[in-house]
Amino acid sequence: MARELTLEIVTPEKIAFTGVVEEVTIPGTEGEFGVLKGHASLLSSVDIGKLSYTKDHKKTYYAVTTGYAEVSASKVTVLVETAERSDLIDPERAKRALERAEEKIKKLPKQDMEFEKARLALMRAVIRINVAGKS
Amino acid sequence: MAALKDIKRKITAVQKTRQITRAMNMVAASRFKAAQTRMENFRPYAAKFMEVLNSLALRVDSESHPLLAVREPKRIRVISMTSDRGLCGGFNNNLIKATERFIREKTREGREVELIPIGRKGRDFFRKKAKIINARPDVFGKFDMSLAVLISGDVIPPFVNEEYDELYLLYNEFVNVAVQRPTVARLFPLPAIGRKEKGEPENLLDSIYEPSAQALLEKLLPMYVHVLIYRALVDTSAGENGARMAAMDNATRNCEDLIQNLTLKYNKVRQSAITAELMDIVGGTEALAKG
Repeated sequence: MARELTLEIVTPEKIAFTGVVEEVTIPGTEGEFGVLKGHASLLSSVDIGKLSYTKDHKKTYYAVTTGYAEVSASKVTVLVETAERSDLIDPERAKRALERAEEKIKKLPKQDMEFEKARLALMRAVIRINVAGKS
Repeated sequence: MAALKDIKRKITAVQKTRQITRAMNMVAASRFKAAQTRMENFRPYAAKFMEVLNSLALRVDSESHPLLAVREPKRIRVISMTSDRGLCGGFNNNLIKATERFIREKTREGREVELIPIGRKGRDFFRKKAKIINARPDVFGKFDMSLAVLISGDVIPPFVNEEYDELYLLYNEFVNVAVQRPTVARLFPLPAIGRKEKGEPENLLDSIYEPSAQALLEKLLPMYVHVLIYRALVDTSAGENGARMAAMDNATRNCEDLIQNLTLKYNKVRQSAITAELMDIVGGTEALAKG
């Protein structure tokens, strides 16, 4: 059994986090799941959502967008297109983005390609605001 | 004889130009450094991503995905990436020429070609010369992955809906500061991935897939497109600034040569003016003494 669990969050911009953690909660496409050390190996896609890990009994939250998570007994690699730590999110900006997206969704017809984009933007904004409240 | 004042004015003008080119060189150098860091930061992501994609593709029958669909290429689209600003040597020119050549070739083969210019220089050049769609000028000032996602959003749905049959990406591959190589890559249909790569069974073999491996691959393929486009964007931005650094360095050196030559000329003219004046005075006094 693995003694510890290493978490690595990789984004195109930078490696957002590496370190030993106690527990990780990942927003998988099929639902949120938690990982402790010694987890069976798993490959799951990750959706826009809230990712968190516990280290020294303290939870840290990230707002992430699509990607995947590769889990083995001692290591979790999360590859996502963006990852923002909760304390780095500007709630005001997120709120404005939310308003913009809502505005767009009201105006656009459902089949429009822009609609899908606005819907994603809306989801991202909601998650950001949700995450920004925690620390 | 050129008037002293004119030469002096010219020297001052060249000096001012040199100041500008030198400043541009330094700005380009710092931008280049940032672009390079970005490139280095992207590498682990790309490497990890490819690793997983390849091992997944080995396990799944990937032929059926719409992004891999091979059709007879009647209508093709070309993404051409140039920078937004000029003054970077042959950087944009080379790519534009490569794009023109590519379009000409494909048109001769009887294909219908549409161009997707990324960056202002390419858009401006092709504005009246090619059929342009989804142009994205002025993007390199500040960009991140979301730009690649945006561009992918422009090209993926029409391909899946069979509005066109092939997509090519033309960009300047970053080799080093001095060398950027125009490169053509086919994006759609995506080249087969991970086929027969040393067939060694990997430790991923018995892992759980969530959702199924097939569904997972379908999720990852669009992301693969993002990775490819983002890489081209990063290469373009690094290459642009590298090319500008070299071009401005050259320009600064040329200015220095010019200043040296002009100063030499200035001194010569000045000396000969003095000599002429002296001769006048000497001639005058001699005439007076004789008289």
